[in-house]
Amino acid sequence: MLFALVCVAAWPLFRTIYFSFTDTSLTNLYGGKWVGFDNYLSFRQLSSGRILWRGTLVDPAWWNAVWNTVRFSMVSVAFETVLGLMVALVLNAQFVGRGIVRAAILIPWAIPTIVSARLWGWMLNDQFGIINDILLNLGIIDHKIAWTANVDTAMFAVLIVDIWKTTPFMALLCLAGLQMIPRDIYEAARVDGVHPVKVFFKVTLPLVRPALMVAVIFRALDALRIFDLVYVLTPNSKATKTMSIISRENLIDFDKFAYGSAQSTLLFAIIAIFVSLYIWIGKVNLSGEGER
Amino acid sequence: MQGICRVLRGTAATLAFVSVAGLAQAEEITYVSGAVGNAVQDFKTIVAPWEKETGNKVTLVPMPASTSDQFGQYRLWLAAGNADIDLYQTDVIWAPQLADQFVDLTEAAKDLVPQHFPSIIESQTVDGKLVALPIFTDAPALFYRKDLLEKYGMDVPKTWEELTETAKKIQDGERAAGNKDMWGYVWQGNAYEGLTCDALEWVKSFGGGQIVEPDGTISINNPKAVAALELAKTWPGNISPEGVLAYQEEESRGVWQTGNAVFMRNWPYAYTLGNGDDSAVKGKFDVTTLPTGGDNKTSAATLGGWNVAVSKYSKHKDAAISLALYLAGPEAQKTRALIASNLPTIVSLYDDADIKAKQPFMPAWKNVFLQAVPRPSAPTKGKYNEVSSKFWSAVHNTLSGDGSAADNLEILEADLEDLKGSGW
Repeated sequence: MLFALVCVAAWPLFRTIYFSFTDTSLTNLYGGKWVGFDNYLSFRQLSSGRILWRGTLVDPAWWNAVWNTVRFSMVSVAFETVLGLMVALVLNAQFVGRGIVRAAILIPWAIPTIVSARLWGWMLNDQFGIINDILLNLGIIDHKIAWTANVDTAMFAVLIVDIWKTTPFMALLCLAGLQMIPRDIYEAARVDGVHPVKVFFKVTLPLVRPALMVAVIFRALDALRIFDLVYVLTPNSKATKTMSIISRENLIDFDKFAYGSAQSTLLFAIIAIFVSLYIWIGKVNLSGEGER
Repeated sequence: MQGICRVLRGTAATLAFVSVAGLAQAEEITYVSGAVGNAVQDFKTIVAPWEKETGNKVTLVPMPASTSDQFGQYRLWLAAGNADIDLYQTDVIWAPQLADQFVDLTEAAKDLVPQHFPSIIESQTVDGKLVALPIFTDAPALFYRKDLLEKYGMDVPKTWEELTETAKKIQDGERAAGNKDMWGYVWQGNAYEGLTCDALEWVKSFGGGQIVEPDGTISINNPKAVAALELAKTWPGNISPEGVLAYQEEESRGVWQTGNAVFMRNWPYAYTLGNGDDSAVKGKFDVTTLPTGGDNKTSAATLGGWNVAVSKYSKHKDAAISLALYLAGPEAQKTRALIASNLPTIVSLYDDADIKAKQPFMPAWKNVFLQAVPRPSAPTKGKYNEVSSKFWSAVHNTLSGDGSAADNLEILEADLEDLKGSGW
């Protein structure tokens, strides 16, 4: 088990970190020389005395990507959590055909991201897209909008598709949490005549919180390294480029393998720091034992 | 017992012989290529004679249409020494970047090479090594609707300014007449290699140079280039759909071929498809050279074109080389010209009677081809992709209203200088 982990997780990770300290290129994977921190930050003094800073840490394209990723993660996870909880509450209620609805609601999650990105790409198409057609016919917009092309709406389009796709997953995790809550608590609340809204905030929410916190961290991890949806749906414009996309670009397109590795390493570090902070501040219990 | 052994040994020998002979006779070759239009079916037709003659089988692995996407995948495969792919269909700009990974074809193609346009062969030669063989060349042209120009009594535009005006007039006229989906001009505005091609044409046809000149000088930051981009900036949302900023070749062809555009900038492959039975513009359009601009007299068309290269890691090198020679040869190029309207790279095919009859536009393309401008992949070598990406980003930003052309080109110049460092 440990050996397998070392093979599939630790080795690639260490190798990436190692590459980030070399000048490796993709055409010459084994001939890279050690260059220290140059890919992260380095400076050069010009003859005029001016100092030029180089490296990922002063690369505006990188920080733009970080900002895009963080913004995307915050908004998408927030919406998915709220919507997911709402869907879970509905599914948790007793009604006819609940099994079918539960299965049906999982469909967006079951479709591979690449397929749903293409699907939505066509639906959002400015000329033949169904979304524009519907909105036009409803009179909400007066001209066709190029959702994925326009810098102002590109991020919005990505968010819509991601929320559509991932809410079912959130709902499923929330539902699992809801089902753990003993029924008799609600029974007691009903007998005491407590208002349902109050029941939700005083009983349901605190009890479902542990499950919710775990669900959020799962989603946040996913969101921080988002790649496929953005890559397929929007042209690689500044407005939506994420950390994964920019490091892939350097790794492969630009043949700056070491530089891309440095960005991947930073991406890993950012996620690791974020998760540690989250677990620490949110006191999330990932051990699987009940809360004391 | 001895008898059985002998029989067994005999059988084993026969089996071994059969399998060796089988391998030598019928090999399975894989060919990877981007797929636009009818590429997959067309390829089957083109290689059929070769398969029949050699007994080998070719499997086409279709890739996304975007050349940037293809490049990423190819580079990964090649870096990993992937032996599953024997031949790669490569873009004209890739030779310097992938030279180390392909077989040198100089020796194998020594009889075939003199039949091709020398400049194209030269573009595929890196440090004396023939990296890939050209199978067709590409230069975009302006597609225009004859019927609409006639209806409004207007001439085929010679300059970008005229095109803007004509497109606007016809678009407005058609919309007033009830065709709400009509657009004046469609082209490729997505942030990818295609935008580099489109924008290079604007800049060059305005007399603004070609981003990085053949001697390595960075020339992009000049008033003519600014003027070109400023004009192009007025198109999206005006004569071109706003979504053009996310269009690649196929999206623009979609709008054009449903009859919803007056002009289109595209590659020759769109000619045959536009005249297909399912096309709304069948027989209603013609092609001409792209316009000029800003009082400059010569137009420009970005030189494209595709080549076939044999992977260094292929396990079927001989068969693969044989296929490469066939695909770059006159027979395959002629078929390709006839069924897919791809321009041959073999000079004599331009005088071929069949091609003249079936593809009457091709002689006209000779003019387009004469004004073809290469992308700066030769002077910038391994850094070309980054140069191109920086260029298309600057253009895409300008077109989508993020900064003026002058500002963006100034930043681009500084970025390119940084990238160039002490030399390309």
